[in-house]
Amino acid sequence: MAITAFLTDSTLCIGCKACEVACKEWNHVAEDGLEWSGFSYDNTGSVGSQTWRHVKFVEQSPEPGFGGNAPEMNSWSFSSDVCKHCENAGCLEACPTGAIVRTEFGGVFVQPDICNGCGYCVVSCPFGVVERNEDDGRAFKCTFCYDRQKVGLKPACAKACPTESIKFGEIEELRHHAKERVAQLESRGMKDVQFYNAGDTSVGGTHAMFILRGDPRQYNLPPKPEVPTVYLRKAWRSSAVGALMLLGGAVVAFLADGNGRR
Amino acid sequence: MAGEAPAPHTRRKRMSDSARVPPRVPNVSSERRLVEIRREAENTGKVAAKGVRPSGAPFPIASPETGYYGIPLLKEPAWTWQIPLYFFVGGASAAAGVVGAIGSYTGADRKLVRDARWIAASGCVLSPPLLIADLGRPTRFLNMLRVFKPQSAMSMGVWTLVGFSGGAAAAAFAQFMTDRYGTSFPVRVIEQAGQAASLLFGLPFSNYTGVLIGATAVPAWNENAADLPILFGMSGLSAAVGLLELMGNHKSRALGALGLGAALFECWEGLKIEVQQKPVLKPLKHGASGTLTRAAGLLSGPLPAALRLMSLFSGSGNKSSLRKAAAVSSVAGSLLTRMAWIYAGHVSARDWRIPLGIKSQE
Repeated sequence: MAITAFLTDSTLCIGCKACEVACKEWNHVAEDGLEWSGFSYDNTGSVGSQTWRHVKFVEQSPEPGFGGNAPEMNSWSFSSDVCKHCENAGCLEACPTGAIVRTEFGGVFVQPDICNGCGYCVVSCPFGVVERNEDDGRAFKCTFCYDRQKVGLKPACAKACPTESIKFGEIEELRHHAKERVAQLESRGMKDVQFYNAGDTSVGGTHAMFILRGDPRQYNLPPKPEVPTVYLRKAWRSSAVGALMLLGGAVVAFLADGNGRR
Repeated sequence: MAGEAPAPHTRRKRMSDSARVPPRVPNVSSERRLVEIRREAENTGKVAAKGVRPSGAPFPIASPETGYYGIPLLKEPAWTWQIPLYFFVGGASAAAGVVGAIGSYTGADRKLVRDARWIAASGCVLSPPLLIADLGRPTRFLNMLRVFKPQSAMSMGVWTLVGFSGGAAAAAFAQFMTDRYGTSFPVRVIEQAGQAASLLFGLPFSNYTGVLIGATAVPAWNENAADLPILFGMSGLSAAVGLLELMGNHKSRALGALGLGAALFECWEGLKIEVQQKPVLKPLKHGASGTLTRAAGLLSGPLPAALRLMSLFSGSGNKSSLRKAAAVSSVAGSLLTRMAWIYAGHVSARDWRIPLGIKSQE
């Protein structure tokens, strides 16, 4: 089975939110509240249990030429965010029920019939993606359209994207394509283009990759995400030391107390 | 450039709430007002019109300094109030199980061992309901037992809970049978097996909760991954010692020494956090979560340590009351410590600057 990936090219995104809608329609995801945020045209804020695709509206001070705007206009860039489907996925490692699995396509999938809503994946995701739905009790996130991929279809968001900003395909091909695209954009004078897939961190690369303009931080993408299992070694070492302190302390205290007789 | 981004809006509402949102139908007057607001914003850079949140002005901007409008990157823990309570109950009962087993092996006072067994067993009766009540799907609790995952601290914790519960329950059952009907060979076998299991599983169970929250994406927790397990273990020991003392074992010198050791260690851990000037530790020192953490630290460390030291040098009359005061302080401190750390984790997850590596402007 081919290992698949998303490549989301923010330079092609027009902020239409067709991906959000397609995702909600296909996956029967409920609406996520009707609130005006005041943050550009983004009234959703972030991906979550009821938002598996989320278009970010990065609105900035006027910057001539950025994004092809007129000089006096705010510059805008859009980027469709999604579960990163990490190579070393914090949620998958943390899941105590085995509900979260790696699919044959390389994606990270929460099996809804197994998840018991313990909430440990929520604090284990370095990208803040997976979330417990308090109405339902279970944790939800992008499924990478596992059902569609199984029958050879593209994920709904990639299918709906009118500008092919969301590309879906074989991961190696997309990595190659991303490299070419970055070079192409740079040759057109966009010197701030970068490829983001957290490949040089403990996350070990993602199956949802991004081509961005400017600093990833303004897209709420962490510059150095860490899969929380990297902290396990020192935490368990501390646990062993703590256990020895408890054991040794108790033995010494009771023996020194003359076998504890009053 | 925008200044401090406005407070992150609360989106993800429950369905019932969103159903109550009044319909917003634009009409001529609302459109006209919008035009006025836009003009004002354009001319002055901010909007003071009635009904417009002034905190939203000047218009928020996404940038390498302000992140994505200051919307938190990480999700807050979904855990409810049962979890810190479980951390406390589990920690105290595990330490009591270990203290009881060692006390029994070294021939300590029988009452102390019996009380320790009861604390351990009571903790095992209380822990699973607390854990199950927090689940989004409580009926699926047993799904926890379908895998054994060393890389998941929660999976390991559940298995140690199962092992410890079995051991503590067996030891308490044997204790009950011995007290009621006198000892016999099968009862002694159950007692020894239960006690060994209490010791074996009690040691990791006493502090695994520190690993559980230390190995997460929450910055204030993973920053302290190397300290939390020992801290929680010692906090559990403080609570177990305090409970045993309050049950009438306040004359045991061994317990006094253990309580003093744990309190002194908590002083050291508190000091370590107080002297470090890292932004990631802010939730442990400032604001409501900082106040709670400091209060918990005071009740767990310096206060009981001072009371216990005083009890060493005072007459027998005061000794008991000082020890009991230290015990109450330790038990309260242990419970507050778990609540404070969970609370600080919430505050830390809301801090959008840390995971983006953005320095605070303050």
